[in-house]
Amino acid sequence: MSTLLEMRGITKVFPGVKALDRVSLTVEAGEIHAICGENGAGKSTLMKVLSGVYPHGSYDGEIIYDGQPLQNRSIRDSEAKGIIIIHQELALIPLLSIAENLFMGNEVATNGVISWPLAMQKTGDLLRRVGLNEPPSAVVGKLGVGKQQLIEIAKALSKNVRLLILDEPTAALQEADADRLLDLMLELKSQGVTQIIISHKLNEISRVADRITVIRDGTSVSTLSKSEISEDRIIRDMVGRDIAHRYPERTPNPGEVLFEVENWSCMHPEQAGRQMIKGVSLNVRKGEIVGIAGLMGTGRTELAMSLFGRSYGKGHQGTVRMHGKPVDVSTVTKAIQAGISYVTEDRKALGLILEEPILKNISLANLFGIAKNSILDKRREAQVAEGYRKQLAIRTPGVQQKVVNLSGGNQQKVVLSKWLFTDPELLILDEPTRGIDVGAKFEIYTIMKDLAEQGRGVLMISSEMPELLGMCDRIYVMNEGRIVGELSRAEASQERIMALIVKDNGKTTGKVA
Amino acid sequence: MADKQSSLGGHLRENGMLLALVAIVALFSLLVFLQGKPMFLQAPNITNIFLQNGHVIILALGMLLIIVAGHIDLSVGSVAAFTGAVAAYLTVDLDLPIYAVIPLTLIVGGLIGAAQGYWVAYWRIPSFIVTLAGMLVFRGATLWLLGGQNIGPFPKAFQAMSSGFIPDLTGIGKPHGLTLIVTAIAIAVVIWIGLRARSRDAEFGITPEPTGLFWGRTIIIAAAMAFVGWQLASFRGLPNVLVVLAVLIILYAFFTENTVQGRRIYAVGGNYKASLLSGIRADRLVFFCFVNMGVLAALAGMMVTARLNSATPKAGTGFELDAIAAVFIGGASMAGGSGKIIGVVIGALIMGVMNMGMSILGIGIDYQQMIKGLVLLAAVIFDVYNKNK
Repeated sequence: MSTLLEMRGITKVFPGVKALDRVSLTVEAGEIHAICGENGAGKSTLMKVLSGVYPHGSYDGEIIYDGQPLQNRSIRDSEAKGIIIIHQELALIPLLSIAENLFMGNEVATNGVISWPLAMQKTGDLLRRVGLNEPPSAVVGKLGVGKQQLIEIAKALSKNVRLLILDEPTAALQEADADRLLDLMLELKSQGVTQIIISHKLNEISRVADRITVIRDGTSVSTLSKSEISEDRIIRDMVGRDIAHRYPERTPNPGEVLFEVENWSCMHPEQAGRQMIKGVSLNVRKGEIVGIAGLMGTGRTELAMSLFGRSYGKGHQGTVRMHGKPVDVSTVTKAIQAGISYVTEDRKALGLILEEPILKNISLANLFGIAKNSILDKRREAQVAEGYRKQLAIRTPGVQQKVVNLSGGNQQKVVLSKWLFTDPELLILDEPTRGIDVGAKFEIYTIMKDLAEQGRGVLMISSEMPELLGMCDRIYVMNEGRIVGELSRAEASQERIMALIVKDNGKTTGKVA
Repeated sequence: MADKQSSLGGHLRENGMLLALVAIVALFSLLVFLQGKPMFLQAPNITNIFLQNGHVIILALGMLLIIVAGHIDLSVGSVAAFTGAVAAYLTVDLDLPIYAVIPLTLIVGGLIGAAQGYWVAYWRIPSFIVTLAGMLVFRGATLWLLGGQNIGPFPKAFQAMSSGFIPDLTGIGKPHGLTLIVTAIAIAVVIWIGLRARSRDAEFGITPEPTGLFWGRTIIIAAAMAFVGWQLASFRGLPNVLVVLAVLIILYAFFTENTVQGRRIYAVGGNYKASLLSGIRADRLVFFCFVNMGVLAALAGMMVTARLNSATPKAGTGFELDAIAAVFIGGASMAGGSGKIIGVVIGALIMGVMNMGMSILGIGIDYQQMIKGLVLLAAVIFDVYNKNK
């Protein structure tokens, strides 16, 4: 095997911060090379150097690509050489068709006039290559994230890709889609496309990667070959310490029943007659961590949001009880007053005001808690925020920092602080560790453990089964708007959860969303 | 690190606007001097800046709330004209006394705001569309109510709203004693508020702005206030308009920065969905912003009508653009969620000083429009450049 890419001693300095410090990376032709590291370790910066987002001259060190020194002035330069990066946030235009998106900026045209028949035909070929069975004229926004990811890859293929860089490609995908994507990566590898994958998910790295480079604090720590890859070793290199247990030790001590939902149903907000939640009953005890497992799109988030002030759906039916007494959860304010908090899965879009400082985000759901006669006490606001900064170890120079500047894990801690300040008895955590690196995940788990020990109830929705198995005392399994099973900690396993989902009415739900 | 930068950036923004205002005043003073005309910063001119631009500041206060909430109101010029006509009709045709006319007109303004806000807040119809419709409807309604004629003149009491001055309770007469006392108190309050904010910054561990910068700015502001106060006192004293403006500015600055509902309006504009999930009734707040805008438009409408001493079908043309420009020059974001009352006031004053300066210099209305447009563009470019840096 020959070397396709060699990055030597790459150093990139931002004002006041050394983002990369003499990082080296060697990628062999035809391999899948994984890059691991905590958020903020410098993975993305390194890829931006490679793809020309940071042009030659704005960093130190050299890049040898295909035997030649690489001196990109822009992304266009690197794309011309076959280096293509697919970012975590997909860059597709939702209102345009697959074909229009595929050749965006690279149109099949003569003299500026697009030849649609040819474009459609080429699109069809590319879609077949990535195994996507959709017409080229389909509108991208109507397809699921999994399919959109495939379109991005097809787009890369249309540009004669030689080195494909995927930045956390499966972060937003459910398991079946993620599996398909990994299969496609292996197939592309067999066609000779060299790939770099950035991922937090260690199981998928060990599945597809030939070699792994671990980056920590802006330096490359180690490069491991396939035979050396083990999850524990990777985690150790990433965080620089041993994590004997990925989940904090806790002795479950559930008390009386805190939160009960009985026969809860609701309809789709727009499509008349489509029932989304179908007679769900569940309960959470004090001091208990209860999980809801299920594939994406099976109504878990919809269930949580419909319970939290009817933030989702209409035509709600059913009873919600706290401490055995029925409570009114018809508005968000009433739900908060009843002692319920909902920590959203999409913290950037639904949880935070990114351009505002930490302290204003923390006080937002309980402004009256820092006010007297509706007048804000800003000193108290700062004290509250400072208290949570210490308690949850939010890493920031100060609570006046805008949350947009924080890493994913620290943003999640801000959202948690915001809801803790409403002093909830029950916290519904929707994908609490999505897009968060391993070290910060452990911290979030520890916070959950502390909450349970304080006697609060935690209802946790997650698509990562190991996390549910590691944290929960009980797990409900949900499918197509219904609870299809309940497993105790002792009974629960990935196989049993999947079996409950798959056996539900004999339907196969593992298709692409 | 980033914290320091962002706070410095924030200081830069506000100080930059103030500096721009000072520079523009200095520029016109110089140009007027070079033309050999009477001094630019003399008492009648200073008085007139407030008399002629009071309505812009008032409209901009309401417009800031609307823009912060993520909306826009294009109808304020027409609404001001219509409410001005209503006030004229009530005063001249129905012969109602001023203490009945003012509340009635404000209520009419509030109802108009409610009628528009209802569609925006509860039906989620884009505010651009609703208020564009309102702009046409209320321009037409003004013509209808006035029958294409001017209504006027007004009794003295009504005119005093825009052209009156506060009485000198000290009895000194010249210079106006009460004006001097009010000025001195205002300067003391400004310094006290500045020092208090600084000590609070230190307490919260926020990197305070450099001491020199703080005192430099405070001294400039205090000196400017002392100068304006002295000039006004030596002329006819504090105009009623300025008193109304000061009260409103303090009220709105306090409301936006120190109250629960004020903070919530920023949250609604900053992230609508997140605000809903935090238990904020965004629809009610948006509705409130429009009602508030309607009331302020009515106040501005009455002031303009009183100043012109007649209600005319053409009144209020372009007011909405002046108000919107003041808000954006003052640093609010088009996307909503940010902007400060003090910035808006400085923005409106910049526009006002330029209007007056260019008129004194005899610059034609054609060039005036072009220059004002470019200043608006430059202010926003300065903002965007600062953010990207």
